[in-house]
Amino acid sequence: MIKYLLKRIGYIILSLFLIITVTFILMKAAPGGPFASERASTPAIEAQMNEAYGFNDPIHEQYFSYLINAFTFDFGPSFKYVGQEVTEIIGRSFPYSLILGLEAIFIAISIGVLLGVIAAVKHNKFGDYLAMVIAVLGISVPSFIMAAILQYIFAIYLQVLPIARFESFAHTILPAAALATTPLAFIARLMRSSMLDVLNRDYIKTAKSKGLSERVVTYKHALRNAILPVVSYLGPLVVSILTGSFIIEKIFGIPGLGSEFVVSVTNRDYTVIMGTTVFFSVLLLVSILIVDLIYGLIDPRINVTSKEGNK
Amino acid sequence: MSEILEVKDLSVSFDTYGSEVKAVRNVSFQLMKGETLAIVGESGSGKSVTAQSIIRLVPTPPGKFIGGEIRFNGEDLLQKSEKQMESIRGKEISMIFQDPMTSLNPTMTIGKQIAEGLMKHQNMSKKEAHLRGIQLLKLVGIPTPEVRIKQYPHQYSGGMRQRAMIAIALSCNPKILIADEPTTALDVTIQAQILELMRQIQEEMGTAIILITHDLGVVANTATRVAVMYGGKIVETGMVDEIFFEPKHPYTWGLLGSMPKLDKEQEELQVIPGSPPDLADPPTGCPFVTRCPYAMNVCGEHMPSDTSVSSTHEAACWLLDERAPKVDIPESAIVGGNDIYV
Repeated sequence: MIKYLLKRIGYIILSLFLIITVTFILMKAAPGGPFASERASTPAIEAQMNEAYGFNDPIHEQYFSYLINAFTFDFGPSFKYVGQEVTEIIGRSFPYSLILGLEAIFIAISIGVLLGVIAAVKHNKFGDYLAMVIAVLGISVPSFIMAAILQYIFAIYLQVLPIARFESFAHTILPAAALATTPLAFIARLMRSSMLDVLNRDYIKTAKSKGLSERVVTYKHALRNAILPVVSYLGPLVVSILTGSFIIEKIFGIPGLGSEFVVSVTNRDYTVIMGTTVFFSVLLLVSILIVDLIYGLIDPRINVTSKEGNK
Repeated sequence: MSEILEVKDLSVSFDTYGSEVKAVRNVSFQLMKGETLAIVGESGSGKSVTAQSIIRLVPTPPGKFIGGEIRFNGEDLLQKSEKQMESIRGKEISMIFQDPMTSLNPTMTIGKQIAEGLMKHQNMSKKEAHLRGIQLLKLVGIPTPEVRIKQYPHQYSGGMRQRAMIAIALSCNPKILIADEPTTALDVTIQAQILELMRQIQEEMGTAIILITHDLGVVANTATRVAVMYGGKIVETGMVDEIFFEPKHPYTWGLLGSMPKLDKEQEELQVIPGSPPDLADPPTGCPFVTRCPYAMNVCGEHMPSDTSVSSTHEAACWLLDERAPKVDIPESAIVGGNDIYV
């Protein structure tokens, strides 16, 4: 087990290295620079600034200093916001995205799985059609429209929830719901098809032939086998939700990490781009590792340790 | 011997796109205590549907029971509610399936899968069920059951999985065991072991077995009585010796004829020409008429009724009518003593 984990962590470091390298190349290949959008300054000042931030160094030196920054997780100050460290920016904005994201993931998984199971058990009946209409709507309605609809219904028309900002738990409900819509619908459809498949398996017939009730067969025998595709979808989903959504954060006026990321790209704020990219990548790689471990827990056939060749 | 199960005029259909497939048509048979009844027939003859109907495992819809009765202990199982059926399945009547590779839940240990039935039907505690599980695994011949009970199906071989299936099916001492092609997916040596195990257990526990198969070698080795199914109907029933040595129905002749013979030089395997009838539109007369070399005019128009040959032997064929010409068993269908012990 420990050997397996070490191996996986090794792969994570290797992937990170590749991601950092590619990001660096792309960043340098894009025209413009962090000071391009500022008021026209004299060439002398510009040259001085470039010199001060190290842009005149040979490209490989810049690359190595980036690499060292990335692995020590010290990205230096932002180019745009004077006096702010990149780690500070992430540390300030990520908690908002984290809370919102966890809520959205919880909503998406619980309701999505439930809808999918209902649809499969009531296959070709009213429950199935209802669940699938909800799912199709969820997939086809973009999140910003969903956000506006939710704001209109709950904040303006019913006036039960605050319309924007991030001050209390009540403030998080609408953005979390808007953020959860698409993954919820996706999980529901995934769960339905995999549940339908599992319910036709032979071992379900065996379970029924033992005299187990419909409920036990569905939840004890079918669900655990059917949830595997959903689990493998969770890795990338968790990351994309946790890192925040630029659109949702803009609509609800939440100072999350999603908007920081997008703004930093348009600003050519090199250090912030690098910082957020590395942060996202670590999140993604770690959550994929966790998903793999969970996979092994749910399905005993996927034994993570047996890959070491002792079985 | 007393009767434990009686199937009377059972008809089961399936709704498919645009048509209704009449998979089982007016099937009747009895099962005696402690005997093994083999239901033989080719694919699509309705034998599995008949078997699954007995514990109502036929999915409805698309399946539906058109009519008939399934009497177990004097009560009609077709009239029971789903809840009542749950207390019969696994406890009174159990089933084992064809493919042991897919009929065990891959995410649950063997022990848990055995324990489930015990905890439900015999109110055992987790610990009791675990101990009983070890006993059962020992009974079905799995070595080191204390270790094996904690393992998952993928850690078992095919033969062992079928043994585990048998352990699950027998856990609550059922009165009837339905075995739906239990050896088809296994290789020959394992087949023999599994059949031997079933015979042993039947002797010890007195369970009546309904054995669904298309393998006549298996039938000859294990069955007490045989029912031959064709086109959703039972065309001939009799004691195993009667079916093998004095078959009356041309389809049974064909079946026996297509069995490879060990003591004769054969260039080619014998087959029954033609294919089985389309059960979405079954023939009004005998289902075998299009493939029967002895077909008469009457065969296509009227279904022959069951004619008794002896007190235990019946066949549904117009050749048994007194007005029909006398036809002898074709030589290919004559079975020597060595042939059937394949």
